[in-house]
Amino acid sequence: MMATQNQYQWRRDKDGLGVWDHRGKVAVAGYGHSPVDRRWDERSMDQTLGAYTILACKLAMEDAGVTPAQIDGIICCDSHIAGGSGGTASNWAPRPYFDPPYDSELGLTLINGEWLAKVMELPNVKFAPTGVPTIGEMMGMAAQAVADGKCNTCLVIYPTGNLEGRYRRGGENAEDYAKGARQWVAPWGNHGGNDFINIFPHNQYCLKYGGTHDDLAPFVINQHRNGLLTPWGYNASHGLEQLTVEDYVTSRYILNPLRLWDCDRPVNASAAYLFTTAERARDMKQPPVYVLNHSQHNFPNRTTQPDLDEIEDWTDRAAKRMFEGAGLGPADVDIFNPYDGYATMTQFYLEAFQWHGVKRGDAFAFYADDIRVEGPHPFSSSGGNLGNGRTRTAMYTDSIQQLRGAAGPRQVTVRAETALAAFVTPSSGGWIMFGKHPS
Amino acid sequence: MPKIIPVADELSKTFWDGVNDKRLILQHCAACDRLQYPPKPACQFCGSGEKLEWKDVEGKGHISTYIVIEDGRLNRRMPDQPYNLALITLDEDTSVNFYSNLPGVPPYEVPVGSAVEVMFEEVAPDQLIHEWKVVG
Ligand SMILES: [Zn+2]
Repeated sequence: MMATQNQYQWRRDKDGLGVWDHRGKVAVAGYGHSPVDRRWDERSMDQTLGAYTILACKLAMEDAGVTPAQIDGIICCDSHIAGGSGGTASNWAPRPYFDPPYDSELGLTLINGEWLAKVMELPNVKFAPTGVPTIGEMMGMAAQAVADGKCNTCLVIYPTGNLEGRYRRGGENAEDYAKGARQWVAPWGNHGGNDFINIFPHNQYCLKYGGTHDDLAPFVINQHRNGLLTPWGYNASHGLEQLTVEDYVTSRYILNPLRLWDCDRPVNASAAYLFTTAERARDMKQPPVYVLNHSQHNFPNRTTQPDLDEIEDWTDRAAKRMFEGAGLGPADVDIFNPYDGYATMTQFYLEAFQWHGVKRGDAFAFYADDIRVEGPHPFSSSGGNLGNGRTRTAMYTDSIQQLRGAAGPRQVTVRAETALAAFVTPSSGGWIMFGKHPS
Repeated sequence: MPKIIPVADELSKTFWDGVNDKRLILQHCAACDRLQYPPKPACQFCGSGEKLEWKDVEGKGHISTYIVIEDGRLNRRMPDQPYNLALITLDEDTSVNFYSNLPGVPPYEVPVGSAVEVMFEEVAPDQLIHEWKVVG
C-alpha cells in the first residue's frame, strides 16, 4: 500500500528557478484544527496527539467534503517537537503502553502516515512518504506532490506535541559534552535554536537602524490581539486576557533582551490540510485556495553566529525566490503571515519581502503604526505562534481563511486575493504563496 | 562553573589540539586568502578542499554585541545564570566571529566595542576552550 519516497526531489531551493511550472494547478480545499492544549496529561486518551490528529484530519475532510475512500496521500511531518528536549528524546516511553491503537509511541507522541491510514481506515492511500520535514517545507512538498501526480487528494498534517516538564530541557541539552555543530556553540551557552540565531542580529539591527528591543511591543501585542480573534488558538480557547504594553515591557528576560513574551508557548495540538488538484478542488465544498508557488532555503552559516548582514542577505534571497516563482512582486501580496516563533526575527522577513513598502530599517516604525486587521496594514493577520501557541499552523490557516473571505473577526478590510505564509528561520525553511485565483 | 565540554572530531581535531596548546589556529584558504571558522571540509568561498591549510591567528578582536543568558536550556550552565554571551569579531577578518562569556566581566556590564584578546580556559582535564578577555 505505502510508497516510501525518501528520494523524492520536490524542493524549489535554488536561486533563479523561474515561475513554478504548476502555478495555480494545486489547491487547498480544506483544513481542520484539534483543540490546542498546553500539554498532554499522559492519561486522557481522547487528547493524545494521535486522537487530535485524527480529529484534525476528519475536520479537514469534512471541510472539503471528501470521503475516506478518496484520500490517496498522507503527508505527515515525522518530528513533533514533544517533551523534554524535542526530537528523539521526547518520547513518552518507557512506560507501560495502552490498548491498541496506543500500544506504542505511535499515536501518543509520534504520528505517521501508515499509522493514520490504519486507524482512520483510509483504504486507498498510495503515497505516504517518510522523512517529511516541518511545516514550512512540508506545505511545499505537498503542493509539489499533488502537482507531480504522486497523489490527488492528500491529507497534510502537522502535529505538535508537548509533555510535562520544561520544554526541551532533556536530551542533548542535559549533556555535559558537545558534539558536531554543538561543539562550536554549546560550551558558551548557546543550545542552538531560532532564539540564538536571531537575537544577536536583532541587537545589531537596533544599533544600525535605531530603536530598542521594546519597539517590538506593538507587534507582539497585535499578535496577541489577532490570536484572541482566532477561536481555535490556545489564547482564545483558554480565555487569556489581552497582553498589554505594560505586561510586555515588565516581562522577565529569557536571553536578555529577549523577553518571555517574545517566545511562543509550546502546546499539544494537531492540524490538517487537504491538498488536491485545482481541477478537483473546484468541485469540492469550499472555494479553492490555489498554490501559486512554494520555495525553500537552507543557507549555511559563514561562521559561529549569523550577523545582520548575513540575515539580510538570506532573507532577501528567500524573498526573491518566492516572488520569482509566483510571478508576483511585493505590491501583489495582500495577506502576509511570516513566522514569529520569537518576535525578534519577524522584522527581517517583513523588510525582505517589502510588504506594504517596508524597507530595511523601517519595521519598528511600521509596527508603531496601525497594523490591526481592520486597518490599512493588517500585518500577520493570523496572530502567528505568539497569538495562538506554538502550533506553527496559524499562518497557513489564516491565509486560507482570508482568501475564502471566512476569517470572521480577523477578516481584513483590504483586498485579500493573495497570501504569503511561512514557518522559517532566516537560514532554513520554506514559504508558500496562495491565491484566490489560479493566476 | 563547569562549561560544556567540546568533543573533537576528525575535522576539528587540529583546531582543538591547537586550543589545548593555547594557540588559535583557523582554516585558511590559500587560493582566496580567507580565514574560515568553524572548520569545514572545503573553503566556503571557492569550494577548494586542497587549498585549505591551518594558520595561527593573532587572537585579537572586538565585542560586537552581547546578550545575557538568564533562562537558558543547557543544564550544565544553569548555575552560571545570568551570564554574558558576547559576540566577538576577529580583527584579522571581521567576517569571522566567536562566542565569549567574557570571564571577569559582570553580567550586563559588557563594554560593547571594546578590544579583546584570546585566552584559554580549562573546561575538563586536558581540555581547554578559547575565551576572550577585555584588554586596555
Ligand atoms: Zn577559497
